[in-house]
Parts: sequence; C-alpha cells; structure tokens
Amino acid sequence: MNAPAGQNPEILAARDDFPLLARPMNGRPLAFLDSAASAQKPRAVLDGLRDFYESEYANVHRGVYLLSAQATDRYEAARETVRRFLNAGRPEEIVFTRGATEAINLVAETLGRSGRLEPDDEIVLTVLEHHSNIVPWQLMRDATGVRIRAAAADQDGNVDVEAVFREVTDRTKLIAFSHVSNTTGTVLPAREICHRARERGILTLVDGCQAVPHAAVDVADLACDFYTFSGHKLYGPSGIGALYGRLDLLTSLPPWQGGGSMIEEVTFERTTYAPPPARYEAGTPNIAGAVGLAAAIDYVQRFGSENIQRHESVVLKYGVDRLQAVDGVRLIGTPRHRAGSISFVMDDVHPHDVGTVLDREGVAVRVGHHCAQPAMRHFDVPATIRASLGIYTHASDFDALVEGLGKVKGLFQL
Amino acid sequence: MIDLRDLYQEVILDHSRNPRNAGRLTEPSGTAKGHNPLCGDLITLDVLVEDGVIRDVSFDARGCAISVATASIMSDMLKGKTLEEAHDLFRRFQKMLTGPDAEAEGLDKLEVLAGVREFPMRVKCATLPFHTLRAALDNEPGTVQTE
Ligand SMILES: Cc1ncc(COP(=O)(O)O)c(C=O)c1O
Repeated sequence: MNAPAGQNPEILAARDDFPLLARPMNGRPLAFLDSAASAQKPRAVLDGLRDFYESEYANVHRGVYLLSAQATDRYEAARETVRRFLNAGRPEEIVFTRGATEAINLVAETLGRSGRLEPDDEIVLTVLEHHSNIVPWQLMRDATGVRIRAAAADQDGNVDVEAVFREVTDRTKLIAFSHVSNTTGTVLPAREICHRARERGILTLVDGCQAVPHAAVDVADLACDFYTFSGHKLYGPSGIGALYGRLDLLTSLPPWQGGGSMIEEVTFERTTYAPPPARYEAGTPNIAGAVGLAAAIDYVQRFGSENIQRHESVVLKYGVDRLQAVDGVRLIGTPRHRAGSISFVMDDVHPHDVGTVLDREGVAVRVGHHCAQPAMRHFDVPATIRASLGIYTHASDFDALVEGLGKVKGLFQL
Repeated sequence: MIDLRDLYQEVILDHSRNPRNAGRLTEPSGTAKGHNPLCGDLITLDVLVEDGVIRDVSFDARGCAISVATASIMSDMLKGKTLEEAHDLFRRFQKMLTGPDAEAEGLDKLEVLAGVREFPMRVKCATLPFHTLRAALDNEPGTVQTE
C-alpha cells in the first residue's frame, strides 16, 4: 500500500532510535503494535540511565557528599521536567510514583482517610476505565461507604460530557476517568468534564496513561485536580510514573505510606510530616527511574507533542482504514476522537487464536480484555484484539497486521 | 519451528466449531466454572457420576479454538471412565503438554492437541477444561482460575 500523506519525516526516522525494533521476530521483521501495554525504549533513555548509574548515582536527600547532592539535583531536575511536561504550576505538585496504578491508589486511600468523604457520597467513573481506575475506588468505598457510579459510553465508544454528568448528583465528590481509553482509543472530553466539575466543586482525577504518549497535556488548561501517567508507556523505564496534584490538596491530604523522607520529626509519641511532594514519597524512591523518565520526556519533546499528534493521527487513520476494509473484521469502538489504540474482533475466530497466528508473522498485538472488563461487557465481547501505536510505528506495521489477518483467515478456512 | 497447521488441525477446528456435548445437564452430580483471566475463556462444566463412573458430561464454553476443542474432545472421551481413569487422563495430558518429551501414550483423540506444547502461552487454554473437570468431580464451589 502507498504510504499515507502528511507524515512527518523526522518522526518516521525515529524508529532507528529504538534498538529492540530491529530484532526479528519468528524470522520476520517485528511489527510491534502493543505500545499501549508498554512502549519500547529509545537509545536516549538507555544511555541516560547508563550515564547516570556510571557517573552520578547515589541515594537522594541524604548524603552530605557531592555525589549525593548531584544525584539529588538530577532527581529534582526530573521532577521539574515532568512539571513542565504537564504545565503544572509548581514542582511540589509532582509526586513520583511507581506508575499510574500506584498514583490512583495513593489518591483513593488518602482521600478515603481525609475525612472529606461521608457515607453516601458518590464517585463517578466511566465504563471504559482500566481496572486500575476502578479497583482502588472500590477498596476506598469499602472503607468509607461511598457509592460508585459509572458513566455510560455509547455504542461507538464515545463518552460524552452529558453521559458523565447524568451520573453526577449533589453527593458527587469526585469524577475519575481516563483521558484516553486503552481499549477503544476514545479521547474523552477531559477539559469540559473538569471545568464543569470544578464549577460544581467536584474533584477530578484524570488517568493520562494513554494520553501523554500521543498529545500535549496541560493540567492548568484542563483544570483537573489530579493527573497521572506511567513512564513505561511514554518510552521511559518501568517502575516510575508521576502524579500531579493541586498543591492545596496535596498539602491537606494525610500522608500515604510511612517511612524515611516523608517526615519532619519522629518521636515515639508523635511524628510530623514533610510537606508535599516528600510527604508522599516514603522510602528510597526510584531515583534512576525518574532520571530515565526525564530522558524519555526530553526525547519526545525534541519532536514536539503537536507534531507527534499530527503524525500519529495520520498513521492511526491508515490503520483504521485498512482494518475496516478487511472482510470479517469488526472494530470495537469507532469513537469520534481516537488516539493510540484500535480494538477489533474477527468473525468466527477468538482473539487469542488470532494473536497466536499474528505472532508467527512477527506482529505483536495484545489480545484479551485489556484490564477493562466492564468495557468488554459494554461491547458484549469476551476479548478483543488491540493494535496500538507509538512514535516509531509505521503504516507498514499495519500492512503486516492486515497481511497476518489474511493468514488467519486462510488457516481457519474463512 | 512447528507449522501453525499442526496446531490448528482440521479436527481441532471442527471440534471448536461444533463442540460435542455442548449444553448443560439437567441433574448433574457436580458443576464447576473455569476462567482464564488472561484471555477471557469461560467454561461451565457439568458431570454426572454414578458409582464412581462418569455417566455424562456437558459444557458451555466461550473461548478460543484450543480450549473449546479440548473441552469437546475431553467430554467425548470421559463417558464411561472411572474417576481414577479421568484423573489419570489429566495427568497424561499435562505431561504431553509440559513434560520433557511429548509423550502421548493413552491419550487417544486428545493427541491432536500435542502441538500446543510448542506454544507455551497457550498451554493454559488447553488445560482449563481439565482443571474445570477436576473441580466439577469434586463439586467445588467457586471458579477455577488458570492463574
Ligand atoms: C488507561 C490506563 N490506566 C492505567 C494503567 C495502569 O498503568 P500501570 O500498570 O503502569 O500502573 C494502564 C496501563 O495498563 C492504562 O492503559
């Protein structure tokens, strides 16, 4: 097929920055279409980690020696990089976590213990949420007695502002939703939801895992109260992510885990806690992870988030068009605004079987429920095949996918 | 490298499309649910055991070709077997899929599933019906998970 028009030559060349993508898979060139699960790492991140460990590594916020001071500077510089990336007002509003899952648990638990919620207060989620934006709230519900309501998606996988606010009542204290669905690729109207919520005094938490790799994010413009993402989906190392929280909230919420670094003074009678972000970073943090995450952010920002968004939307549309033209393929979710992911099923072949055949063709896709079982139920499918893209994805990867689906049909005599 | 046609053999495709013993028993002596959370495979299996012998087996499966075909072939083979023979069949089946060599002795029709051992990610699809069977024979409440 002809390469689609409108691609960015610099971004097309980015693939060469990712050493793993040169590895053949089952004797075929690798078509890696599972970046939504975790993205591959560019040399800039790998080298950045290595350099840091080789020349500047020590524990942070502890030693008086130069090396520790340098490591602390790098760690705090990484925080500043994340702050700029999200356009947060202050570095204290950025808490490093293990990833989005940990960040959501942090907010749910501390909010639950804050005394701000009463039984019969309500939290609104959406049916498209990843389990990590459902289960932490259920744990908190069990501890506080709040109710959970889920906003519906329509049959195309859109979640409208109205659908969210249909679930909102006078008792709603928080709306938590993904900026971009990891299943359908739906881009939710985050700005409208957050602005309307703020007018009504309702807190918002936005799960940005599937948004930050594909578009610029500005927490001030969104007017959200919390925003989180995982570094490993943004070409950074695993085990690091970030939580943005409005400073007055982070200052007033209780501590989360206890340990070193999060305290001011400890006696056996009483302990006083450090202000944020240290209050929420008990113990030795993932120091190199933060440095690696900053390297990943620097890497994508060299291309510019707007350029990435424009380029990827061309490649993504190519993928959607090609898949839609395959007989027997049904897209699960055809949202008006899409980023990153395409889910589909094939008539008469289970996704798991499709995945095995595609693997043989060097095509790596995710099959299953994508940690979004309520979304599977919404679309009435047990599982889907998901192709998701990254900065290094070429239109030819979708060609390989479609060719692989042809093999599936041959094998299953369809 | 094993050819995919050895995995998805004609017999397997046939059993997965037209599973034998599909449905539910009216008066089972044991019932169990099995779930593979990784891929969403879901199976409900009924057994009727009398005097230590399996008289009837039925199942309802929503899953991949491998798991449905295994359930179908397995259910065909179980009728008339003693509990001990059924457990022995499971042991042999597991050995064929995960043992040091693909020994298929005494597996009869289940031997067509030998190719699954070349696909470690798919072994659980094939063993799910057997795990569910074991739970049904014990009439265990709850859902059997493959992981
Ligand atoms: C939308 C969404 N939210 C949350 C998560 C959880 O991310 P992590 O496992 O990195 O904490 C994921 C990743 O699987 C995701 O796609």
